[in-house]
Amino acid sequence: MADGDMTIGKPISRIDGSKKVAGRALYAAEYDAPGLLHAAVVSSRIAKGKITAIDAIEALALPGVIAVLTHENRPRVAAFRYAYKDTVGPPGGPFKPLHDGKIRFADQPVAVVVGETLEAARDGAALVRITYEEEAFETDLDAAKAASFRPRLPRLGVKPAPKPRGDFDAAFAAAPIKIAAAYETAAQHHNAMELFATTVVWEGEDKITVYDKTQGSQNVQLYLKQALGFKLKNVRVVNAFVGGAFGSGLRPAHSAFLATLAAKHLKRSVRLVLTRAQMFSITYRADTRQEIALACDAEGRLLAVRHACVAATSRNEDQQETIVNWAGLAYACDNAAFDYQLARVDTPTPGDMRAPGAAVGVHVLECAMDELAYAAGIDPLDLRLRNWVEHDQNDDLPLTSKAQKACYAQAAERFGWSERSFGPRTMRDGHELIGWGVAGGVWDAFVAPVPTRARVTWRRDGRLEVAAAASDIGTGTYTILAQIAAEAFGVSVERVEVRLGDSTLPFNPVEGGSWMAASTGAAVAKACDKLKAALVKTARKQFKLRGKSALSVARGAVIGEALPGGAVSLNEILAAVGQDIAATGTNLPDLAGQRKHSSYVHSAVFAEVRVDEELGVIRVKRIVSAIAAGRILNPKTAGSQIIGGMVMGIGQALHEEAQTDHRFGKVMNHSFQDYHVPANADVGDIEVIFVQEHDPDVSSLGVKGVGEIGLVGVAPAIANAVFHATGKRIRSTPITIDKLLD
Amino acid sequence: MSEDPSAMPLQLTVNGEVRDLRAAPWVTLLDLLRETLQLTGSKKGCDHGQCGACTVLVDGRRVNSCLILALTRDGSEVTTIEGLAKDGALHPLQQAFIEHDALQCGYCTPGQICSAAGLLSEGQARCREEVRELMSGNLCRCGAYTHIVEAIETVRLSGAEAAA
Repeated sequence: MADGDMTIGKPISRIDGSKKVAGRALYAAEYDAPGLLHAAVVSSRIAKGKITAIDAIEALALPGVIAVLTHENRPRVAAFRYAYKDTVGPPGGPFKPLHDGKIRFADQPVAVVVGETLEAARDGAALVRITYEEEAFETDLDAAKAASFRPRLPRLGVKPAPKPRGDFDAAFAAAPIKIAAAYETAAQHHNAMELFATTVVWEGEDKITVYDKTQGSQNVQLYLKQALGFKLKNVRVVNAFVGGAFGSGLRPAHSAFLATLAAKHLKRSVRLVLTRAQMFSITYRADTRQEIALACDAEGRLLAVRHACVAATSRNEDQQETIVNWAGLAYACDNAAFDYQLARVDTPTPGDMRAPGAAVGVHVLECAMDELAYAAGIDPLDLRLRNWVEHDQNDDLPLTSKAQKACYAQAAERFGWSERSFGPRTMRDGHELIGWGVAGGVWDAFVAPVPTRARVTWRRDGRLEVAAAASDIGTGTYTILAQIAAEAFGVSVERVEVRLGDSTLPFNPVEGGSWMAASTGAAVAKACDKLKAALVKTARKQFKLRGKSALSVARGAVIGEALPGGAVSLNEILAAVGQDIAATGTNLPDLAGQRKHSSYVHSAVFAEVRVDEELGVIRVKRIVSAIAAGRILNPKTAGSQIIGGMVMGIGQALHEEAQTDHRFGKVMNHSFQDYHVPANADVGDIEVIFVQEHDPDVSSLGVKGVGEIGLVGVAPAIANAVFHATGKRIRSTPITIDKLLD
Repeated sequence: MSEDPSAMPLQLTVNGEVRDLRAAPWVTLLDLLRETLQLTGSKKGCDHGQCGACTVLVDGRRVNSCLILALTRDGSEVTTIEGLAKDGALHPLQQAFIEHDALQCGYCTPGQICSAAGLLSEGQARCREEVRELMSGNLCRCGAYTHIVEAIETVRLSGAEAAA
């Protein structure tokens, strides 16, 4: 691409792609250090109780093992729970690794074995003998929900259940057409491909560089400082490449704490890698039990909506997600009631997983809308359009934009929805029943709730550098930030170098909630504006220009009639100055605007399934998803984000479920063999459409963010297609063969 | 690091270079590549042969290197992702993965590409459906599957792999 072309909105290949395809992108476990030691974690065999004895004699006798750290012999760490708080955790007291002999959940880390080699640490971990005294525990949400409760403290950034409006009970009782149903959604695990890993490089007296798998380098930096007693300036956290996370890396993982603890104890560099099985004890998407009731008149207009949810949380923290609110937001309805409760189980604290809240809440709403459509004898797509709303009735605010009608229209056209027959079991191909389902999707259009910063530097080597402590977990952040800077200076993307994933760079919050493009992107745009002003000022000085002669920056040069030849390249200007010139930009959340309007990103999803009538095997043949997400900075990387969400949605609908044996309180299927995530052959044809949506109010770049919305609506579109194929309404995800044949 | 007294000699040709090495009998090929040779392009995603991130070519065949004890392949030729590019030019599959955005976080990518290289040289895949089926041993949690299939199909149909 030549200098001067517009780059925003172009399908540019990701700029980190060549490193990734060549195996040159380094992830947390891939940094070396002189004298590097290896650490392995010993996990608790029991789900609750206490440690009565630890026998590490055999482990320590193994050649190559040099230390076994437990709560009995660890170095001093912070005692108070506040020291373990991170920037995104929910209310409550965070888990404190190796703090005491209490066991709070199965596979809790209870010891760290450090060895000269990976194999010595791993084999040593198998030789640590721990004796426990077991206590009664509960991991079954169906039993725990008898003691459900409404969260006392709200979680920062998560909307509580909306206030009721109108009179649900009276409206529901009087309505001519109504449905009410109970749903279950299974606990899911993020299962990013990269194992949780931390390499701590001991740089000298109490100074460390920590290569960590995290979605927020500065979040981990603060956590390690507080919990392990380092000075902030002596802790540098790097996450330049992250092998997926999907929310599992929002909060500091116990592996980062344990690796740093071992390094501090031994004053040596240490690498710790968790096993796949151990990753099931970090966090998970909470399982839920939900109830929904919808009523409409003969024309399909909604008269009453009620959505209630009980979600699992741990003993020590109140994880909260926005689950029931969508039912009051997606469609027009004046009589609405909501309830959101938690129930405590003896597990690690559940956490955010791609599209937290909406993934399970919108699923239930959209399945219920399908059920209501059949109760009313109205086409399911038509029912949605008949209840169109462009006002946020939960908060009584106008929406900045909602191009979802275009989503429905374009995706329906592409899918061929008009060819669908209404009745269940009316379409087939040989022994396969064919089902077509539709669902709408909605997710928050967040801008980061804290100031987000970026630095842009025009360097003397002629390159434009963008730097921010943001994370690219596969989302395309490197690429879109390069595009924003390239466009601001009218240069090619190849001239831009982006540095991310380093706590020493300008402040950024964790990468989550689909807010990074809108927030860090805006900070880069602002930094570019400031840098251009600084370069113009420098040019004025250099050429001793007085008065108001107009100067601007374009195509890598300062341009103006008063300049020799009408333009002077930035490189020449810098050569004369003798140094790089930098500027920092800050994006602030528009708090005043947020009180005046609401912003959401929307989708429409159409799915075709094929169900083997005798075997109950479900195949997803094709999915079309249309997305309204404001301005799309890069349709190639954004399209991949949407596809990725859709694939995870297939997993949510048909495959993914943490199966806990409640007699042991332990996830039994803690491997890729037994916890199935969609594989290549599970995924049929997928098509993504971005519809035009102009929204100058949502964020300064008009961007809404695309990390989560791809997933929302996919599971209900598939579930509704399964109903259309089979006539069976399966109200429990994942929809597995046993449920279908039952 | 003191050498493990159990270590035994082995010779491997790794990406065209003959390497005389020593490894304990329980060291996997994957750990040898990553820890001893610092060839970290081959990834560990499960250590159980369930995800395919560690896929490399041993004597031209694709294998899960986490399931292979290094000493059992004494004398073999190993090609990792680092050895696919020739003379500074990316392998056609590497180029196609970039162009089709067949990757996101990039962690499964080296395994996907090595697996695809093996698949194409085996000549087994004759259509998209077969590519999907035969690439299903390589998980991608970012969900880039449709783009992975497009990238492989582009190379397969161009016949570029034969020249590579």
